Amino acid sequence: MHVPDGFLDAPTSVATGVVAAVGVGVALRKARAELDDRTAPMAGLVAAFVFAGQMINFPVGAGTSGHLLGGALAAVLVGPWTATLCISVVLLVQGLFMADGGLTALGTNITLMAIVGVAVGYAVFRLVLAVLPRTLGSVPVAAALGALVSVPAAATVFTVLFAIGGTADVATGKVLTAMVGWHLVIGIGEAVVTGLVVSAVLASRPDLVHGARGLAARKPLVTSQAAA
Amino acid sequence: MSAHRKFLLAGLLVALLVAGVGSYYASSHPDGLEYVAGKTGFIDSEKTDGPSTGSPFEDYGTKGVDNDRLSGGIAGVAGVLLTLLIGGGLFYGLRRRGGSAEDVASTEPAVTADAD
Repeated sequence: MHVPDGFLDAPTSVATGVVAAVGVGVALRKARAELDDRTAPMAGLVAAFVFAGQMINFPVGAGTSGHLLGGALAAVLVGPWTATLCISVVLLVQGLFMADGGLTALGTNITLMAIVGVAVGYAVFRLVLAVLPRTLGSVPVAAALGALVSVPAAATVFTVLFAIGGTADVATGKVLTAMVGWHLVIGIGEAVVTGLVVSAVLASRPDLVHGARGLAARKPLVTSQAAA
Repeated sequence: MSAHRKFLLAGLLVALLVAGVGSYYASSHPDGLEYVAGKTGFIDSEKTDGPSTGSPFEDYGTKGVDNDRLSGGIAGVAGVLLTLLIGGGLFYGLRRRGGSAEDVASTEPAVTADAD
């Protein structure tokens, strides 16, 4: 999903740069409410984990691969505003040090993965969680569905940007069909990884999962109150 | 070592293993966007001579290391540590010091973090 230099023209890249700057600016202020002495190191770990996860491309058929975007995963684990910052840091490191994603496309990539991916992933997570039973077991399911939808959503927004400012003359409909189709398949991988990782963290540290706050455990757990 | 610290260290170890060792086994096929760009005909609009930082880890390899496994592994570990450093520093600076975030349930005492 990392957009390289040149796919989008300069005005579109500048516009997404402004969107990214505003989004990150808002996230910097709002994330303070999500971060404390206990969750700040967890957020750093989540960013590092998403970086690692993005290196694992899995085959999705026909000579194509996909990898974790991590927006929904990060949002469920550390909250949506912190997640936007987590994914932005990952994209910054990838752009600056790995030449993954063009430097002139950094704003585009932050917009697609750190803003759209996180916002859609977290919104779907919250919607699904609202209709599922209020137990911890619902959290990984809702997280997986949020992840599933977040990938084609980011692919759709890329197509919109391509329709506005793509430098090559290719029919938008053709790009949209291919982008959404393939990213729906990649979204399944995103859903599986997200569901498994959220389950694993819930199993050992349910208190560290932002999206599980206020939910009853299925079995008696040592609450933070009892532990303290 | 506290349970919290153990959990964080275990998580970091997993991330380092995934990036440093697991990445060697990742699919080398183009990702969804690259594939679609090739199929629908806009892959050539990529500007390969765009700005570069001259990093030694470009394209997830390590300059001067010939062994593929080692070259990719070092780049992966470096990337994880750089992300942890930049992200951790940012979040550490942003956090509410000495207490819980305001949206933590009120059943949680504000001193939990100090128990570590």
